[in-house]
Order: sequence, then C-alpha cells, then structure tokens
Amino acid sequence: MESVFGVNKLTTPLTEREDIIKVNKLNKWYGDHHVLKDVDLTVKQGEVIVILGPSGSGKSTFIRTINALEEFQKGEIIVDDIALTDDVKNIEEIRKETGMVFQSFNLFPHMTILKNISLAPIWVRKWKKTKAEQIAKDLLERVGIPEQANKYPGQLSGGQQQRVAIARALAMQPKIMLFDEPTSALDPEMVKEVLDVMKTLAESGMTMLVVTHEMGFARQVADRIILFDKGEIVEMGKPEELFDNPKHERTKAFLSQIL
Amino acid sequence: MDNIQLENTEPVLETTKLNSQKKLQLWLKNNLFKDWKNAIVTIVTLMFTIYLLANIGKFLFASEWNVVTDNLRLLFVGQFPIEEIWRLWVSLLFMSVLLGTSWGVWRGIIGHVAISLGALLLVFGILPYTENESKVYLFSCIATIVVFYFVGKYVPKLKIPMLVLWILYIPICLSIINGFGVLEPVKSNVWGGFLLTLVIASVAIICSFPIGLLLAVGRRSKLPIIKYCCILYIELIRGMPLIMVLFIAQLLLPMFLGGIQLDNVVRAMIAFTLFSAAYLAENIRGGLQSIPRGQFEAAQALGLNNVKVMIFVVLPQALKAVIPAMVGQFISVFKDTSLVAVIGLADFLGMGKKIAANPEYLGKYMELYIVIAFIYFIFCFLMSHVSKHIEKSLGVGTR
Repeated sequence: MESVFGVNKLTTPLTEREDIIKVNKLNKWYGDHHVLKDVDLTVKQGEVIVILGPSGSGKSTFIRTINALEEFQKGEIIVDDIALTDDVKNIEEIRKETGMVFQSFNLFPHMTILKNISLAPIWVRKWKKTKAEQIAKDLLERVGIPEQANKYPGQLSGGQQQRVAIARALAMQPKIMLFDEPTSALDPEMVKEVLDVMKTLAESGMTMLVVTHEMGFARQVADRIILFDKGEIVEMGKPEELFDNPKHERTKAFLSQIL
Repeated sequence: MDNIQLENTEPVLETTKLNSQKKLQLWLKNNLFKDWKNAIVTIVTLMFTIYLLANIGKFLFASEWNVVTDNLRLLFVGQFPIEEIWRLWVSLLFMSVLLGTSWGVWRGIIGHVAISLGALLLVFGILPYTENESKVYLFSCIATIVVFYFVGKYVPKLKIPMLVLWILYIPICLSIINGFGVLEPVKSNVWGGFLLTLVIASVAIICSFPIGLLLAVGRRSKLPIIKYCCILYIELIRGMPLIMVLFIAQLLLPMFLGGIQLDNVVRAMIAFTLFSAAYLAENIRGGLQSIPRGQFEAAQALGLNNVKVMIFVVLPQALKAVIPAMVGQFISVFKDTSLVAVIGLADFLGMGKKIAANPEYLGKYMELYIVIAFIYFIFCFLMSHVSKHIEKSLGVGTR
C-alpha cells in the first residue's frame, strides 16, 4: 500500500520493530517543583501513543522534552539513535526528525501558507525551492485545503490552520510526530477535520505521540495509552485494557471524570 | 470646533431628503449653534481665527524674501566651493536616476516620494532667483526622474541592481564629493547648510539601524557577557543628553583614537549614529518582546537554528510592529542634526542663523526661518508618509 504522507509503512508486528524513542529515568524540575519523575518509555517505529492525564500532570512538558523545547536535569532521551544532550548539533538533528504540532497552531502570520510549509525544507533540508513548494502543495492537498496555498494564516479558520500546521511539520519528512493538545484550541465543529487528518496519518504508519483529551480518538487510533499524573506514568497499556479494565485507582478516578 | 460635536448626542433631524442649502443650515445649527453656550464658543473662535489669518496675511505681503533668495546657495550647500559644486549636482542626478527607476519598477509609494521631490526641484527651478546654471541642473534632474521612470517601467529586471545601488548610494556620493581619490577632495569643513544636514542624518539613520538591531538582539542574548555589554551601552547612551554625546565625540574620541585623525563632520556622524543606535535598540527590543513564545518554539521545532529563527520568523514580525517607533526615531535624528551648531558646524538651521546675523538682513529672520521650517517639514512628512504606506502594505493577512 502506498502511503499518503510519504511514510514507509512497516508490516512487521510492533513487538518485532526497532525502538525509535528511548526515554530512561527522565527527571525535570522547575525550581523546587518536580515535574517529571523517573519517566521511562520506549516507542517502536510506527507506534501511535496517546498520553492522557489531568492538566498540570506534566504530559505536555514530557513530549516537549523529546524535541528539546524543554530542558531536563536527569535521565536520558535517545531519538532515532541520537542522544539528546546540550550539544546544539544533536538538538538540531533530533528536531529535523521530529515534527511538532502545537495547541495554538503557531503558524507564522507574516508568511503565506505555502511559505509557512516550505520554509524549513528550503533552509534546513536545503531543498530547491521548486521541490519544497511542490511537496508543500501535495501536503496541502492531502490535508484537504489545496486552495488556501496563497492565503495568510489569519484568513483561515482554526481547523484549517491546524491542518496547515500538521502539513508544515510533515514537510520536513520527520520520522516522529509530536502532538501537543492539537484540538484543544478549536471550536467543536472543527475538531473532527483535524482528528481525521491525524487518523489518516496514523494509518499511514507514522510514529506519533499525542497528548489529547479526545477519548474517541485515543480508543480508535492508539496502539498504546499512557496515563500521566503528577509527573509520572501511572498506567500504560492497550486502549481496551486501559479504558475497560483500569488497574490503578488514579486511572479509574481520571476516567470517571472524563467519560 | 470639535468639542461642540461631543454634545451632539440628540438624534439629528433626517437630512437626506433636504436640499443642500437646508442641509448646510441644519449642519450649522447642529454642530456650531446648538445652544447659546455653543454659539458663543463658535463666534469667539471664528473672530480669533480671522484675526490670526489677517495678521499672517499682512506679514506675508509685507515681508521681503530677498534674505532667502540672495542666500539660496549658502542655505543649501554652505561654503562648498562654486567650481566644485558640479559634484553635488552629479550626486543629485544619480539620485534622480535611482529614484526614477525605482518608481518605474515598484510604483506605489516611491512614486509619492519621486513626485514630491520632483515638485520641490521644480519650485526651485521656476523661482527667478535661482542661478541659470542651477536651473539647468534642476530641470535635468526632473527630466532624469521621468525618463528613468519609463526605463524602470519596461525593464522590471532592474529590481536587484536598484537595491544594490541604493545601498551603495551614500558611499558613492561621498566618493564623488571626495573626487574618487583622483581629484582634489572637498574638505568637509566647507560642507554646510542642507547638504550637511542630509549627509549627517542619512549616514546616522542608515548606520544606526544595523547597530541598533544587533544591540537589541544582544540584549536578549543568553550569554551574560554580550547581554550586559549591550545593556551597559544602551543605558549609558540613553542616560546622556545628545549634546553631551556630541561633545564626547568631538573632544574625547580623538583622544581615545590616539593618532587617528577624524574630521569634525565624521565625528558628528559617529555621535549621531551611536546615539540613535541605543534608542533604536530599545524600540526594536520592544518589537522582539511582542512576538509570542510560540513563534520561537514553532520555528525551533522545525529545526531552524537560532540565526534563522531570527531572520525568517522573529525579526520580520518584530520590525513590522515597530515601524512607527523607528520612523519616529529617524525623524528625530533628522531634526536633531541641527544640534551640530554647538560643535561649530553650520547645518541647515545653523546656516540660517548665521545669515540672520548678517547686519544686511537685520530683522528679516522670520522669512528665513519660515522657509527652513517648510523644507524640514516636507522631508519629515515624507518620511512618516512613506512609513505609513510600508506599514499598510506589510499589514496583509495579519491577525
């Protein structure tokens, strides 16, 4: 099957695939506040992980440490065989391979949609302008808004902006996509269009880490669900196990509030 | 008067169907003679305005303008030697070429600048007091602007060469004035009048921009040495009056530089550049701070390094946000150049003062100052007009 987003879809079962992200005893403090406590996680290639948890539980902070938008004080993160250290070279390498989608879209308001998407491929991947713009147009087609290429972000609806943001991250052809509450800032009627794009992306074989409150998406798409609370992983498992048969008290409490 | 309109809260009579005379009557009643307090204010203001206008008219008709017309050369170029004045005309012709071509290539706002400057040249070309030789030059400048407008219009490829030439314009002009190192240079101690004002202001404006930009970015740097050096510089300069910076450049700079000799005008340029850079830095820093953190994060997450994040994402937005403040700073640099009088240079205003002190023109300083004020105004107004247009044209698609 040819993948719509240019991802190589693996057919081997998850357990036999290689690890693409390894997080070992990750610890982070904001001053005295211990935000991440000994977080361990291994992600396989092509795996889709949804991270749930109450607000302030550290789940956003956790995925932001993976592409070095947040620093950490103790532990180890290895992304695509590159160790995340203070070395600027390593950080830039990792950022090239990890796309990120933010809650507030963060499109560049002074550039057209096409420029937004092709900026990084041109200046980081060093592709020719024509190639980068062609890829940008293809991606816009795939997220369903090819006609908006020459508009500015301010002229688009929230849902369209978030789809552009996804296209912008994908244009770098990353191996991993991080989603930080991608639908939380959207009007309810626009949530679906963004989730649909994410679903297609997941089906195409992309490795994804998604922080979200969309339970339907989590149940349907995730290979694994992680419940975060107070800076630590409380419970981790397949969606059906975690939703239907939660083992931990805190998981039960969280799910009873949400569902 | 405006304050009367504030009281105009009652529903106004429907005026659409009435004829124009009735409309005027109604407008007068509603806006100027609503009640007796209103009427008194209107009448008093009207009388005062008439009184002022009458006096201004009396002055304009009674005044003699020969103090200006006799001294046009002094006002514009100071004591620049007559036989070398062609160098300035060549610079002006060169500017006309650039202006005309840019007008043709870009249209829009550059047209406004070209037309305003062309009109100014035309006024001086028509005035009977201008020397014939100057008239020839003035009209050839106007003709050049028009001719090159059409050149630019039909050869749009000239965009990039134009930008390069604009950047090189001031160095080229200075080298023309200095005779390319072949001819005898015209020493800067004879530059004066509007020429001096223009040269100092444009050098200061152009050079202070990159310095201010670096200072602003440096002040936000994570490296403490860079950060505190920038803060120290900015706060030191901002803590001093401009006149003092001028004196420092005049008296202390030669001492610090040891054997290196700098002439007066260059020292003034340095002073204005350093002074303006500190203020610009703070303006630009304001713009940088207005950029949300998400913009930095999004750009970093795409793998752009810090320099590219600045160039492509942050600075374009930050600079756009502070165009009004920056242009305000440029305008004040332009006007502040009149302070060079305190270090013995005769700029536009300073030259006016000197002429007014000439016993031959005793008591005629008003005419002189009016003309000077008018020319200052044209240039300052052009700057703010251009900035407003740039702002508008960059405003596409903003939130």
